[in-house]
Amino acid sequence: MKPAPFAYERPATLSEAVRILADVPGAKVLAGGQTLGPMLNLRLAQPEMIVDIGRIPELAEVTETAGAISIGATVTHAAIEDGRVSDPAGGFLRRVAKGIAYRAVRTRGTIGGSLAHADPAADWLSALTALGAEVVLSGSHGSRTVVLAEFARGAMQADIAADEIVVAVRVPKFSRASRFAYHKICRKTGEFAEAIGVAVDDPERGVRRLVAGATEGRPIVLNLERDLISLSVAALEEALSASGYVADAYVLKLHAVALHRACQEASAL
Amino acid sequence: MTGQGIGARLLRKEDERYMRGRGQYVGDIRLPGMQEVAFLRSPLAHARIKAIHIPDRIRDRVFIAADLDGVAAIRADTALPGFKSSVQPVLATDKVRYVGETVAMCIAPTRAEAEDLAAEIDVEFDALPALHDMLAARNAGAALVHEHWGDNLFLPTSTDVDFEAVKAKAAFSVTRELRTARQAMCPLEGRGVIAEWNSRLEQLVVTSSTQQPHIVRSGLAECLAIDEGSIRVVAPDVGGGFGYKGILLPEEVALAWATRKLGVPLRWLEDRRENLIAGADCREHHYILTAYADRDGRLLGLDCEATVDSGAYSAYPFSACLEAGQIGSILPGLYDFPHYRCRTYSVATNKPPILPYRGVARTGVCFALEVTLDALAREVGIEPNALRFNSLVQPEQMPFDNIAKRHFDSGNYPDALRQAVEAIGFDKVRDRQTQGEADGRRIGIGFSMYAEQAGHGTSVYAAWGIPFVPGYEQCQARFTPDGGLELRIGAHSHGQGLETTLSQVAHSILGVPHERIKVVHGDTAETPYSTGTWGSRCMIMSGGAVATACEELGERVLAIGAKLLQARREDVRIEGADVVSPSGKVAVAEVARTWYRRPQDLPPDVNPGGLELTAGYKAKRDTGTFSYAAHAAVVAVEPDTGEVEILDYVVVEDGGVLVNPMIVDGQIIGGCAQGIGTALYEEMPYDAQGQPLASTLSDYMLPGPTEVPEIRILHTETPSPYTRFGQKGIGEGGAIAPPAAITNAINDALKDIGAELVVSPISPRRIAEAIARAKPKAAAA
Ligand SMILES: Cc1cc2nc3c(=O)[nH]c(=O)nc-3n(C[C@H](O)[C@H](O)[C@H](O)COP(=O)(O)OP(=O)(O)OC[C@H]3O[C@@H](n4cnc5c(N)ncnc54)[C@H](O)[C@@H]3O)c2cc1C
Repeated sequence: MKPAPFAYERPATLSEAVRILADVPGAKVLAGGQTLGPMLNLRLAQPEMIVDIGRIPELAEVTETAGAISIGATVTHAAIEDGRVSDPAGGFLRRVAKGIAYRAVRTRGTIGGSLAHADPAADWLSALTALGAEVVLSGSHGSRTVVLAEFARGAMQADIAADEIVVAVRVPKFSRASRFAYHKICRKTGEFAEAIGVAVDDPERGVRRLVAGATEGRPIVLNLERDLISLSVAALEEALSASGYVADAYVLKLHAVALHRACQEASAL
Repeated sequence: MTGQGIGARLLRKEDERYMRGRGQYVGDIRLPGMQEVAFLRSPLAHARIKAIHIPDRIRDRVFIAADLDGVAAIRADTALPGFKSSVQPVLATDKVRYVGETVAMCIAPTRAEAEDLAAEIDVEFDALPALHDMLAARNAGAALVHEHWGDNLFLPTSTDVDFEAVKAKAAFSVTRELRTARQAMCPLEGRGVIAEWNSRLEQLVVTSSTQQPHIVRSGLAECLAIDEGSIRVVAPDVGGGFGYKGILLPEEVALAWATRKLGVPLRWLEDRRENLIAGADCREHHYILTAYADRDGRLLGLDCEATVDSGAYSAYPFSACLEAGQIGSILPGLYDFPHYRCRTYSVATNKPPILPYRGVARTGVCFALEVTLDALAREVGIEPNALRFNSLVQPEQMPFDNIAKRHFDSGNYPDALRQAVEAIGFDKVRDRQTQGEADGRRIGIGFSMYAEQAGHGTSVYAAWGIPFVPGYEQCQARFTPDGGLELRIGAHSHGQGLETTLSQVAHSILGVPHERIKVVHGDTAETPYSTGTWGSRCMIMSGGAVATACEELGERVLAIGAKLLQARREDVRIEGADVVSPSGKVAVAEVARTWYRRPQDLPPDVNPGGLELTAGYKAKRDTGTFSYAAHAAVVAVEPDTGEVEILDYVVVEDGGVLVNPMIVDGQIIGGCAQGIGTALYEEMPYDAQGQPLASTLSDYMLPGPTEVPEIRILHTETPSPYTRFGQKGIGEGGAIAPPAAITNAINDALKDIGAELVVSPISPRRIAEAIARAKPKAAAA
């Protein structure tokens, strides 16, 4: 399949990109094209215009403050995998990046594109939700910041207006004593997840969070009192159900196992 | 010889271009003025076409069935009694019968623009109930794919050999209902066609990614009513076939017709979506199988009812019945037992027409039989392999006519199984199982065996009466004036390595160095007729033909060589690249030079046919060779999630005399990868409306390198008594046994829980659900 005809713009600045989006109804942002490309080819997306944000320097920046690292939207999975971006979570981002698709996809796919698409099965959404990251957006009405846990409203539905662009994702820095684990259950290497379990434990900052991803909706955040190591698969199934998650027995078990493995892995560190 | 002939592990000659990206596929070919074609395909599985609305603006670039004057539908009938024939229109006429069926052909300078045209066509359909399930399609009152049939049966068959008597004799029996999923073959390169009319030669030239250029030519001639002499079919480099390209395509006929009409070359390249949707065309079987054993655990009999989902039409040339029609004769496997009944049904449904995928019906049959045998052994209370050893045909019985009249040519089946048991470390695995795993997984070990009939010819196919019957196979061999050797064969090489192995055969006989041997294939204008590459036949048939041609050519070389050496004919022979006499030698290349460039030096009685000839071959007995193997798998199963890891995999294979053991290993490994796909991953699900649900490779799951473990291969070589140098066909075997071996290993891992898997692919969900079903039973017991 080949795309339906569309116009193409490649603005050099963020403000120009935002202006085009505001002016042209039906314009769509293109970042790495690893999701949009197939959608265009299958004609599932037939935008009037493609606004390629790949050459906007502001979107590729990585900046560091005392409490956080801000990763520009067009930074690729590969750049993170290769350690070209400093990691606020002690190598955790590198490990997550390595498990996304396969190298060819990672070379082009971007962190901002992944978050904007808000696929529940995507890796960044769950991993960064567990870290308590925030998304920085820019639109014709100015800039705003949204906590990632709220940015994803549901499957493929992000809190993003038609004229807004994800500029960066801001990830808080964690203490050296922190432990992170990420477990992805998928049918084969490079596939999207069937279930994701993330465990984050930073005793110094008092953060202990479990995230279940690749559900049908936004990632499920569990703030549990109990020690990670003591959580059984059955207890996690219960916690998931108590959070309101509804799935058939097999899928529920799969998510509990992913969480369980993440807990075990984090505890073993 | 030089150690580079038959038996050498020679690197593949063709890899020079494949590995460097210099192969030339249909997608690489661009002709001046060429236009691209996109097909509008049916979005519905079963519907009547009420009207097709095409905007006037684009009417001259869109073609529908009503435009195709003089084009006949595709028909692939069989001579089997009771067969009902289907008429497959090149473009849909009154009805569509599967999602993806060609409805309109759209022509534009680029594929994207051609797809834009397709998007402008509006087809009014009256939806009909879709037959997405072959068992439901067999029921009385089901909707009809072909109304005039009165039912949905292409063909029933039945075999009965003293069946009833087994019931009184058997001490044990088990019955299993097994299913294998519908699959899509996914060669790296999809299908592709270029059609052009050559006005100088007054010839239609169709360049197609096909395994059977000569058969495609006959098919095109039948559909277009053009002389075969006015059609040339070229198969350039082909990126994988596996049966997917052993077919006359409606797309080929449509493009061939339109290029004459429009006077410009046309190209259609199948994309992966078309491949998955319109090409999900293989492997879907259903079995109810009962196996009987005596008190000692020896197989006494089988009773089988097999249903094959043949899809909407009978595909040309192999027909809708190739799979079901063979099940009855394949099912007995390698076993010797006295009582047998098998009934088969080739059922029409609203799915793409079934094609024979690598292994053809054997993959499903091996799965059904070997999984049921393991269940029978558990019922008897013995090791599954004990039942196998009790029941296998013994070497001293060879050659052996089995209960289904298959003639096994040679081999030692128990020895293959013994070697597999040893190589996989059976006892160690059983020990490990008693220890349990620290990570909570369960270990299992499983085996399976099969025989692969290959190169079967006239006597087998004449009875089926499909559009072709393979007969003799030819090779045109000739020396070039500078001493190079050209071998022209009508079969096609697309991954099998024939450019290398046939060169090895020729080298063994004529001593010509490999870099001076050229194997020419894939062009009806340049090669002798052949039914093409299928059924693991090429090394037997083309290999035999090359050997015969080279020997005859060798005779002519010797006659000239003897004259040049002033020796008697009976005193000279070919050694290395020379003709040698007791007192001297002359290079074979020099003999060639003499024939072409210095005829004055030729003996007066020289054969005026020169150093160019066509020679043919047919096996001494054309019922085929039977290569065979024992596969063994060790798996770890995670009971909570149903995840499976293959820990070890062993193949003990006997392919007769191996022309190039390295290429054979490659064939086995590639086949096993596909077998692992069938076992664990590949499935095209359909919804109740007959919609295929896996239309991209993110939903249709193929194994990748990380899912395929190292395959450990052991060879034995029992020559076939019937072939030119004892070789057997081995192209498909790798893909036959893995689903059975892996399933048996999984079932072995789960036997204590009482869970058993009988539906492939064995997905994690199916495993978890089987365990969930078994647990309450175990608790109740
Ligand atoms: C074969 C394959 C396997 C994959 N496997 C995985 C996997 O295992 N895990 C995983 O997480 N992902 C996977 N992906 C998806 C991949 O990670 C993509 O890179 C990612 O989802 C989208 O990033 P992109 O830069 O390619 O975005 P694009 O495809 O360019 O855009 C995606 C969507 O986001 C919008 N968008 C992009 N950037 C912005 C922005 N800055 N602001 C606003 N909107 C924006 C676009 O308009 C579009 O709607 C896979 C993709 C492929 C092709």
